[in-house]
Amino acid sequence: MKRHLLEAADLDRDDATLVLDTAAQIDSALAGREVKKLPTLRGRTVVNLFYEDSTRTRISFELAAKRLSADVINFSAKGSSVSKGESLKDTALTLEAMGSDAVVIRHGSSGAPHRLAGWVRGSVVNAGDGTHEHPTQALLDAYTIRRRLGRLDGVRVTIVGDVLHSRVARSNVGLLHTLGAEVTLVAPPTLLPLGVGSWPAEVGYDLDAALPKSDVVMMLRVQAERMNASFFPSAREYSRRYGLDADRMAALPEEAIVMHPGPMNRGMEIAADVADSVRSTIVEQVANGVSTRMAVLYLLLGGHA
Amino acid sequence: MARSSEPAHSDARASNPGVLLSGADVARVVDRMAHQLIERYARGGGGEDRPADDRAGEPGADDGGLSDLVLVGIPTRGAPLARRLAARIEAFSGTPVDVGIADITLYRDDLRLRGVRALEPTVLPDAGIDGRLVVLVDDVLFSGRSVRAALDALRDLGRPRSVQLAVLVDRGHRELPIKADFVGKNVPTSRSQQVRVHLAETDGIDEVLVIEGDGVSGAPRGSEGGAS
Repeated sequence: MKRHLLEAADLDRDDATLVLDTAAQIDSALAGREVKKLPTLRGRTVVNLFYEDSTRTRISFELAAKRLSADVINFSAKGSSVSKGESLKDTALTLEAMGSDAVVIRHGSSGAPHRLAGWVRGSVVNAGDGTHEHPTQALLDAYTIRRRLGRLDGVRVTIVGDVLHSRVARSNVGLLHTLGAEVTLVAPPTLLPLGVGSWPAEVGYDLDAALPKSDVVMMLRVQAERMNASFFPSAREYSRRYGLDADRMAALPEEAIVMHPGPMNRGMEIAADVADSVRSTIVEQVANGVSTRMAVLYLLLGGHA
Repeated sequence: MARSSEPAHSDARASNPGVLLSGADVARVVDRMAHQLIERYARGGGGEDRPADDRAGEPGADDGGLSDLVLVGIPTRGAPLARRLAARIEAFSGTPVDVGIADITLYRDDLRLRGVRALEPTVLPDAGIDGRLVVLVDDVLFSGRSVRAALDALRDLGRPRSVQLAVLVDRGHRELPIKADFVGKNVPTSRSQQVRVHLAETDGIDEVLVIEGDGVSGAPRGSEGGAS
């Protein structure tokens, strides 16, 4: 494996499979145990460097590091020297001078983790950068699909919604393609990025046509904070054409699952009864996120012979 | 070191100096270890003439005897060994014995030196290990570091009433105060040699080989059964 995890393309098929297998073994090792802690990364320090708001990703990384006995420092831009004008580079070098072994970074600017990787000696893990990539989300999604359906090769995954702004979609297309799944993107034309034709995925505009051919539907969040132009006429119209409700869910094949990276807008891209149905893996994805991130931290930090 | 009488006849050794135990030898050694485990753990299995210290962890009158026994294999080759021992114990005594697997990779103290590796499954019997008589099973006992890691792992997995250690081969050179309670074969080795255990389940053949210096340092080596 490479020293950093910056984008889905950093993982070839063997590496990605190793991460998923490791996560599965960690899950089975910790299942039913009272002591949910392993001594593996004792004495290592992981810095969570978060320039953007996050609940599940930050907590998930924190929990993953703590379950491996690493020390965790949580840094959020609010209330730090960043508000005094300190640059990313100086912040990172400061943290490294204090002895951090790995930096988990979320940043509003695409490419920030790549820049960081050139400045620090430790490992850098991208926890979401701008509209670029969110590789550990893709790994936990792939892990969830494999657990539910038992395979990834040939699984038909339909990703629905705001692909333009979605780092989750970008990472998932890359990783799922690497692992042999067939990805279809469904979105309003205004919410597809330029050059989407070169992605290893089919592109469509009609959700109802795609559903019967999907083993997995992954609903993306409509990101209100990034809706700075008229991408669609109204929330209601978006919901009517691209929202997943009970009727649409009924059109899915029998074994199909419904995924959402969270946080969800209930009633917007996903109806409440769909989000809470047995086909929904939304809560499972959160739990799988911890074991997947433990696997990533173990493989990046455990040691290199 | 524990009660181990070594099989004197190893015809294969004469023809091929690298072979320590042939397939037939391995089967015989496993059978003998199974008998020793029965003798130690079966209810009323004798041994009362030995000093109390030597009987630590043995079942008393109110214990379940062999049904309290759990053989926990240390991957890779400790796991099939534990299953074989359990099968032989059942064949000899008629009592089925629980088997578990404890992967110790995440408990190793040498990950930084040797690098990360793929994990193996950890599987415990449904009844767990709390209050039971655990016997750790590994292929080769060398530095003792694997066993230390396994003891750490067991502490997180439950609270057995006692823990003992069974190994197919003890090759010496301990780096920690650890000794085996059941030894298939004691083999004096030099640090530069490697002891490799091959089992049908993992390697397609049963045999134990001693390989002369590999040119690397004498430090304990890993997955080939060099270190334990």
